[in-house]
Formats: sequence, structure tokens, C-alpha cells
Amino acid sequence: MFETLSMNALQDYWWIIISLLGSLLVFLMFVQGGQTLIFTIGKTDMEQKMIINTLGRKWEFTFTTLVTFGGAFFASFPLFYSTSFGGAYWVWIAILFCFIIQAVSYEYRSKPQNLLGKRTYEIFLIINGALGTILVGAAVSTFFTGSQFTIDKLNLTNTLNPVISQWQGAAHGLEAMLNWRNAALGLSVFFLARLLGALYFMNSIADENIFNRSHKQLLYNAIPFLVFFLAYMITLILSKGFAVDPSSGIVSMEDYKYLHNFLNMPVVLILFLLGVVSVLLGIGLPFLNKSRYGSKGIWFAGPGTILTVFSLFLMAGFNNTAFYPSTSDLQSSLTIRNSSSSHYTLTAMSYVSLLVPVVLAYIWYAWRSINKKKIDSIEMENKEEHVY
Amino acid sequence: MIPLLDPGVADWSRAQFAVTAMFHWLFVPLTLGLAFIVAIMETIYVKTGDPEWKKITRFWMTLFGINFAIGVATGIILEFEFGTNWSNYSWFVGDIFGAPLAIEGIMAFFLETTFVAVMFFGWNKIGKRFHLASTWLTGIGANLSALWILVANGWMQYPAGMRFNPDTARNEMQNIWEVIFSPVAIHKFLHTVCSGYVTAAIFVVGVSSWYFLKKRHLLLAKRSILIAAIFGLVSSLLVAITGDSSAYTVAQKQPMKLAAMENLYQGHKGNGLVVIGLHDPNKKIGDGKDGFLFKLEIPRLLSTMGYHNGDAFVPGIEDLKNGGFKPEYENISLEEKDAAFSVDEKIQRGRMAISALYEYRMAKKNGDSARAYEAQRVLDRYFMFFGYGYLTSTESVIPNVPLVFYSFRLMVGLGFWFIILFILVLYFLYSKKLENKRGLLWLSVWTIPLVYLASQLGWVVAEVGRQPWVIQDLLPVTAAVSKIDTTSIQITFVLFVILFTGLLTANITIMLHQIKNGAKDGGNE
Repeated sequence: MFETLSMNALQDYWWIIISLLGSLLVFLMFVQGGQTLIFTIGKTDMEQKMIINTLGRKWEFTFTTLVTFGGAFFASFPLFYSTSFGGAYWVWIAILFCFIIQAVSYEYRSKPQNLLGKRTYEIFLIINGALGTILVGAAVSTFFTGSQFTIDKLNLTNTLNPVISQWQGAAHGLEAMLNWRNAALGLSVFFLARLLGALYFMNSIADENIFNRSHKQLLYNAIPFLVFFLAYMITLILSKGFAVDPSSGIVSMEDYKYLHNFLNMPVVLILFLLGVVSVLLGIGLPFLNKSRYGSKGIWFAGPGTILTVFSLFLMAGFNNTAFYPSTSDLQSSLTIRNSSSSHYTLTAMSYVSLLVPVVLAYIWYAWRSINKKKIDSIEMENKEEHVY
Repeated sequence: MIPLLDPGVADWSRAQFAVTAMFHWLFVPLTLGLAFIVAIMETIYVKTGDPEWKKITRFWMTLFGINFAIGVATGIILEFEFGTNWSNYSWFVGDIFGAPLAIEGIMAFFLETTFVAVMFFGWNKIGKRFHLASTWLTGIGANLSALWILVANGWMQYPAGMRFNPDTARNEMQNIWEVIFSPVAIHKFLHTVCSGYVTAAIFVVGVSSWYFLKKRHLLLAKRSILIAAIFGLVSSLLVAITGDSSAYTVAQKQPMKLAAMENLYQGHKGNGLVVIGLHDPNKKIGDGKDGFLFKLEIPRLLSTMGYHNGDAFVPGIEDLKNGGFKPEYENISLEEKDAAFSVDEKIQRGRMAISALYEYRMAKKNGDSARAYEAQRVLDRYFMFFGYGYLTSTESVIPNVPLVFYSFRLMVGLGFWFIILFILVLYFLYSKKLENKRGLLWLSVWTIPLVYLASQLGWVVAEVGRQPWVIQDLLPVTAAVSKIDTTSIQITFVLFVILFTGLLTANITIMLHQIKNGAKDGGNE
């Protein structure tokens, strides 16, 4: 089935899979956003416990999606993996640290003799929530703003320095944080994750105080989210972009490239607008009628986030665009054509990708099984339950 | 002029990867085996309806959960470090190596993490049978995850099913089935997961023995130790069997590793297997000594194990370095059929392959197809020595012999001890005398650290034994690194060590507390 597809079709297919995984990851970062609200929304021990437990039942999904996103990127576009991870070393190491401390914090937090104390693990969760989202957002922004690297495959024949991808910035990725546009997308993701976290609390915790405080947080986080997101999007569509000549593969700067991408790919534009409107509906509906729509906001904002991020990824890679541009050497920029795996590997992996709907189906089933009853204080006090 | 690579980068990257892998492997084996032990216990609960079995299941499940979290945390670092620290490797073989990692995520890791949540939080939310299925699926997911990672590792030890493409300057997959079903990958998977089952079994036997010694939670101890000892005995026998088949694949595919494992400097026909030996620390390559101060060996056994022929010639380190012998192992070029190349000759051919790649790319750039064709012919002919072209000395192909030799002996010795221990525990359980055998019970407790030691030693043999190769014969570690400065890696190395040590300490203190208070969670008599 996949064998008959052209190389370009397979590359496009895998960029769509990567985009899907990336968008699911950003949506699932409601866990991270929620973690930054533990003390803002939870004022008592019990409230904090309910918040941590509702997030704690979902943290593995975010974590696993991150791992799969990394693995899928490695398998389908290994030159990106090699260039970005090996070059922007400090950014990826910082992201790693954020996620390592999260993985243990839920399980260890309330266990006796946990060495560091309950509060330390809660602080770990907050660090993961804040830094993790900002760093991931800023790293994704470099898909549009560019990074400092060169690629020369001839280096492999230099036995004293055979590294193909070489980073030019001495700060190894941290310099990207000083670019205000990267920071703006990082902060957009941070505030969006907090919004999603608050909406998730309203959906999954049966506690009036938490519900009301989460509702209040929607407003506090919606304003900075909109400011940063709009600023980012406006500058993005007005900025020059990294265009690729499909016949020669030569990369050049093109005015309004990302605006052109939207206009040349109306489906992507529609997905983006649908996504943004859905996110706004998710945030706005609870203000229209708190009791009626409060717990339903996540059903709009969640899919809206997926659509928005999905369309941004498509815009970064499709329509002859360099998805990982180099500002040091324009011709070193990575495109989905020059950085992918071989036809054979993409074909083999495409068969594996047929499992994705199965995976989504059992996740959906398991999620519903666990979430069919909202978390409440009675469940938290039940000794029969596994409680973080 | 392009600056040279910082020579410390490879060493510190190795140190960082090694420390991450070793910490990771402290937690994973227990997860692999305990998942199934817990699933067996829960199956009995569902079959019998005895609430004590539920308490016992939940007790071990709690320990599983504590361990699982830190295993997950250290696992993600390994995946990312292939990119952060081994970026050249990631391109050179990413077309092959990335696939198992992605398949692991899609096929195994999601299965494991989805159902682990159901397993922990679903007790009062879903039916018994769905819960039981979730527990089994968690174990299956964990083991499938190990399968794909070990397929990837096996491929590094014996690259198969691929071809080098000079246009993309990388290896490209030609046959995924050869990658998945490579004999090295299969033996490695079976041997490694079974060793994980042994680790979990020893852990459960040890903790149960401690309860017997303290006269606490006796029902939990009796029931758990029976299941763990049977599970452990079967698994440890499988470890021995797969260990034997692994030795065969090492002999055939990685003869230098086998020579290091055996401290064998000069080989001969009908080589014996050294059971106990003392490495001579003054041994120098070419000094004519055999490398032992003392040894006790079983005649012809090494030839039999490595070649299924008691008269086979097993080459030693110096033979492999100097070449000239008639090789009987599989991993040779056609030109070596009658006389193996020396390392010098391989280095020469490796450099010819690298030069041919340069020629090929320059010819393509200049549109000279005749020159490109000729260059590709040379490259194809010598590609199997490609990695040797990066080596600067012939002795760099020799791994740390005493470390590999002693690690292997200690691992095998401990493996036999585990089999004996399981047999003794089962015998005294059967004769209802186990509770009074305090010596054996204490031995069981103290075997817990030993099983972790054996597990780590196994990886030392596998990974130190294949140095200097990150991909056997094709890419040495020095050419696989990222272009970063040594100081950055030194800083992250220290940060990782501090973080891992803290997390490990927390893990141990939490586990010990949970074990001491086991009765509160279940399993009272």
C-alpha cells in the first residue's frame, strides 16, 4: 500500500504525523499548565491533593507523547534530530531536566521517607509546568525564526572533525531564548497550558471552590495568552520566511512567506481559524454561563489547541518551506525533502503508523473509564484508592 | 579552517550515557519482571476471589509504581541523548535506528503508560477482568518496549539489513526484518528480559525472606515467595540458555569482544573456557605472555560454545590485531576467507573507504559520473571497514580487558548462584522448613544487591566489550559525537549524577519504608 507512494507523498504523510503528535503534545500540556496552578487554585491541602491527583492520572500521556514525538521525529526526519538535539544542546537538556523531575514527583510526593519532602516535589511540578511549556514553545518557534547551524555531509570524510551538523552559537540553543518572538511563543504556550489546565479542573474535579477559582484564572490567563499569541501571529504573517525552490532545493528569504502559506493552503488556514475560534469558545463560553458551560470549555479549547498547533506545523513544513531554517547558512536549512529518512524506512514506518488509531482508541477508552466519575474529597480519603 | 573536535567530548559523552544507562537499568529490570509477577498474583485473585490475594497484589503493585516512575524518567534521557550527545551517529544511522525508537513509542510505551494508569486508579472504577487485562497489558507493554530498545542495541552490535548511501552520507535500511530478527537482537532481547525477570524474582524472594526473618506478614511472604521462586527458576534457566546462545553470536559477530571476555591474547584450536582466572596486570600486547597469573579452565569448551566445534580456532586479542589466521567466524569479508586482516590493514581499507566517499561526493558535485562510479566501487568494497578509517592506533580496537573479563565471570557466577538459590528456596518451601532456615533467608535478602550487580555487569560486558565501536566496525565513538565543548558535557554529567543520586536515594528510602509497612497495605495473616 505505502510502497507505491512517491517519496514526496511519504515525506508529506510523515510531516502530517509529526504535526499531529506535536499538536497532541501541546494539548496534553494542560497537565503542565495545571501544575503551575496548584497553589493558585488549591488553597487547602485537600484542594491541592485533588488538583495533583486529577493531573497525576494524566501526566504519563503527556510524557509518552513527548517520547513518541521525539522517536517519530528521529525515525522520519533524522537530520532534524541530529542537528537540533546535538546543536541546541542546552535547550534540550533543560527540557529533559524539566521532565525528569516531573516523572517522579507525582509518585514520590506523598510517600513517607521521600527524602526531599512533599513541598520540593510540588515545586518540581511547578518548574516542569512553567519552564517545560516555555522552552517547548520557544523551541517550536525556531521553526519560523531560524537557528544557527551549518550542515556539510562532506565533513564525514574529515577524520579529525567528522560531525555533519555543527552549531554556530556558543550558547548552544540558549541564544534562541533571547529572541523576543521565540519567547512570545513560549509564553503563549505557557498561558495556553494554564488555560487548558484550569478548564480541565472545571471538568474533572467536583469541588465548588476549585471550580470558581479555575473560572477566575481563565480571565487572568486569557489576556496574556491573547497578547502574546496575537503578537506572535501578526509578526509571523508579516515577516520574511524561508522559502525553498522545489526544483533546485535552494533556500531564499521570501516576504510574507507564512501569509502566503496560509493563502496557498486554504485548508490549513481554515483549520487554523477553526482552531483559534474553538480555543476562544472554550475560554469564552464559561463566562457566558458558568454553571452550564464551565465544565465543557475543555471540549472546545482542547480540540481547538490541536487544530491550531497542527495547522502551524503544516504551515512550517509545507508549501516549499524550510521547517528548520538556518540563519548561519541559508542553504543548510532543513526541509521535509532534504532531512527525511529513506523511502524504505518511511514506508515501513507508515505501516506502523496504522496503529495510531488503535492507540488513540484504547487511550480514549481507558481515559473514559478513569474519568467517568469526577474526583472528589471522598475519593481522596478512601484508603482503597491509589492517591498521590 | 574547520576546528578539530575536542578530544574529551567522546569520553565525557560516553561517561554521561553510561551513567544514564546504568541508573536506568537499576529500575527497568524490576519493572519488567514485577509487572508479570503482579499480573500472576492478580490472576489468582480474580480466579479465587480471595481478598488476601488482592492485598498482596496491591502491595507489590505499590513497589512497582515507585520504581516505574523513575524508570520512565531515566528512559527519556537516553532517547534524547542519542541526539544531544551523539548527533553524528543520529544522522549516520538514523534511517535505521530511529525506527525502533518510534515503534517503541507507538506500539509499546503508550500501551504501558495507558494501562498503568488504569491499573493503579481503576480498582474501584472498572470491572475485575478489565483491571486484570490492564495489569497484563502493562507488563506486555513494558516488555515490548524492551524489545524495540534491544533490537536497536542489537543492531549497533551487529549492523544488518542496511546499505550505505554516499549521496545522503548515511546508512539506509534495506530490510526491516533483518534488523528485527537479527540473531544478535533476538538473543539480546531474550537474555536481557529474562535477566529482568530474575531481578524481580530475587527482589520478591528477598523481601519475603525478610518478612519470614522478622515474623511479619507471613501470608504475604509465603504466597509471594512461592510465585517468585518458580518464576525466578524458570527465568534463570532461560537466562543460562540464552546466555549460551548469546556467547555464540558474540563469537561469530564480535570476536574481539569474546577475546576480551576470555582474557584471551593468543588463540588456538580447541580453546578451553576459563572458569576462574587472574588477569596479569603487567601483560603488554606482543610480549608473548598469555595474560593470566593463574587460570582454571575447562578444555575445548570455549571452541564448543563459540563455534559449536570443539576443535575450532578461537582468535585471541593479538591474533585479531595482527591478523594472518584462518578465520572461522562469520563477520569477515570475502578477502579474509583464508587469512584475516590485521587491524593495520583494516585501518588502511577504512581510510580508502572514507577517501572514496570524498571522491564520490566531489565527483558528483563536478558532474563527473565516471569518477563517481569508480569511487563508489571502492567505497562499496571497503565499506565494512569504514569505521577503522577514523582510528588513530591499532590498539584502540582493544577494549578494557580486565574490566570485561572480571565482569563476565562475576555475572556468570552470580547467575549460577541465583539458580541454586531458587532451587533451595523451592525445596525448603516444599518441605515446609523454609521459615526456620535463617541462613538461607538472610542469603536471599543479601542476594538482592547481588542481582542488581549481575544485571549491571551484563551491560558492562556488552557495552565496554564492544569498544571502541558505537556501530560495530562502521563508526567508532570518537566519530559519533556532537560538536559541543567538553565543559558543557562535564557540567551536565555532574548535574545528572547529582539528580540521579538524589532520585535513587529517594527511591530506596521510599521502597524501604513501604516494605517495612507492608502489612498496612495488605497481606496480613
